[in-house]
Amino acid sequence: MHIVVCLKQVPNTTQVKINPETNTLVRDGVESIMNPFDENALEMALQLKEAHPGTRVTALTMGPPQAADILKEAVGRGADDVLLLCDRAVAGSDTLATSYAISCAVRSLGAPDLVIFGKQAIDGDTAQVGPGVADWLGIPCVACVRKCEIAADGKTATVERVSEDAYDVVEAPLPCALTVVKEANVPRMASLRGKMAARKLAIEPTTAAATGADPALLGLAASPTHVVRIFSPPAKTGGAKWEGLEPAEAAQKLVAELKNRKLV
Amino acid sequence: MGLLIDREKCIGCGACAAQCPFGALSLDAEGKAQANEACTACGSCTEACPVGALKIEAAEKKSAGIDLAEWRGVWVYAEQREGALHGVSFELLGEGRVLAEKLGVPLTAVLLGSGVEALAAPLFEHGADRVILADHPALAAYTAEAYAEALSALVRKYKPEALLAGATTIGRGFVPRVAIEVRTGLTADCTGLDIDPATRRLLQTRPAFGGNIMACIECPDHRPQMATVRPKVFKAAPAQPGRTGELVKETLDLKAPAVRVLETVHAMENEKNVADAEIIVTGGRGLGKPENFALLRELADALGGAAIGASRAAVDAGWISAFHQVGQTGKTVRPKVYIACGVSGQIQHLVGMNSSDTIIAINKDPDAPIFGVADIGIVGDLFQVVPEIIRALKA
Repeated sequence: MHIVVCLKQVPNTTQVKINPETNTLVRDGVESIMNPFDENALEMALQLKEAHPGTRVTALTMGPPQAADILKEAVGRGADDVLLLCDRAVAGSDTLATSYAISCAVRSLGAPDLVIFGKQAIDGDTAQVGPGVADWLGIPCVACVRKCEIAADGKTATVERVSEDAYDVVEAPLPCALTVVKEANVPRMASLRGKMAARKLAIEPTTAAATGADPALLGLAASPTHVVRIFSPPAKTGGAKWEGLEPAEAAQKLVAELKNRKLV
Repeated sequence: MGLLIDREKCIGCGACAAQCPFGALSLDAEGKAQANEACTACGSCTEACPVGALKIEAAEKKSAGIDLAEWRGVWVYAEQREGALHGVSFELLGEGRVLAEKLGVPLTAVLLGSGVEALAAPLFEHGADRVILADHPALAAYTAEAYAEALSALVRKYKPEALLAGATTIGRGFVPRVAIEVRTGLTADCTGLDIDPATRRLLQTRPAFGGNIMACIECPDHRPQMATVRPKVFKAAPAQPGRTGELVKETLDLKAPAVRVLETVHAMENEKNVADAEIIVTGGRGLGKPENFALLRELADALGGAAIGASRAAVDAGWISAFHQVGQTGKTVRPKVYIACGVSGQIQHLVGMNSSDTIIAINKDPDAPIFGVADIGIVGDLFQVVPEIIRALKA
């Protein structure tokens, strides 16, 4: 079995702060990380590899040259091969053009049995690229998966697909794509042996042309959506802040206030 | 296309790099600005540059012969699960009505499923002028492929100018496939919509970077303009009993889905869902350990059955399931009362709850950002304050 895991390098958005004076993003010192949901996608692939000997896992990313870092991390954890799609031609791609570019990169790897994505990336939060890539590839996609088992004959995947308040048990024929939620697993750390393999790895970037992509479908010009304005969310102002009250006093005051407002 | 950097003009001040929300700009070896693949050509840097060295070159005209005037009408995807309409469908009808009136076009609800014709009536009552119903056995259980095939076929036939769907696990699962099939743009998870009356364009606002910035997005040359919209962002349209409209029954030729839903398990039926709770008690990192959610459950009971919410920190620590998570990567909520206990209030949490009617925060740290959105903030130890609240409620 061949599994392709699609990863994205993202800024750690939990570290991003707003400068209250200029109302702009403060990015200084914000580290780049593997998108947390993609860590769960990678872990799912590695667990399937362990359960099905002979399976090969390829980690794929699209991004700037430094995105090679997350591919090395993936190799450190147990991925067998990598593909870094790095090309100015894809700059400014929205989800339509991005999913096309990634679908070409996936196809250039042959015909993988399973393509796994994190549910969404924490910088864009669109959750659209996984389902989009699957559509370009013409394969099914099950989104928000927390558990995946592959039949011994390698022909079907049985997965648990979570929704807001339930889950479905779903059977999908391979090849198919999955997007993975965080509760799927606990991602492993890189092993010492893996780290050594990763250190030796020289990652040669691949261009979109080398994956057979049609240049007319890449980048800003092929993206229907445009960001026309970026702004900081309106600053909130808090209401009353009670400091220095005894717990019982604060509690009674709160309950009186809630009753007064007819909220309880 | 994209960002153009005039190296002659660039003075290497780095203002653009500091401004760029995507971290795409840096100074090269010669101290001149350079952009990498992360650039989305959003234009933030062009305003920051003191010497005008940066500009966005307009994308080449690429409308691919799409005659925008052929595309008319606002559509709402009416989501149903197991034969019951999802609340977001009524919220979308409320907002869709506003957009349709600004555009001077009818509002259509699209209903997909098997044996769901009875759901058309409430859609009319909540503002739909027309309901297009595709009732087909292949749509009995939700699969992204069959639902995308059906909705794509209807979009191609009727050519709506705008299409809204709920940003639910279903909407976000299959609508991206529709956008690829009809080769148009889709803006995910919008929190604000409007129409530019001059151009008839749909202005789609959404949070990015964990809610740290808001982006306004347009889809100028492709149709339909598609957006998924967060549940609970818009208020549901009130029902007008007896209101009716035109029901169009479509017979589609759909393949039997290759993906099969074997079983649906309502594992959470004993738990209140924060998504539609009137009162929510949320725990964050300040709870310290999973057992301490018991204290919040006691408070929830004393409040007459509130739902339990959790911050990302509490979920990521494995203290409670993701079902309870409120925030950018969890659920968006709009209860009457939101009580945050030991939640610091990272922006990614705030975007999921800051439209709640009344927000109460209990936190030891007087500088916690949660106090910035709280109507009533109690600076104190939740382990002392919460038991006292329970006592006061029971008194």
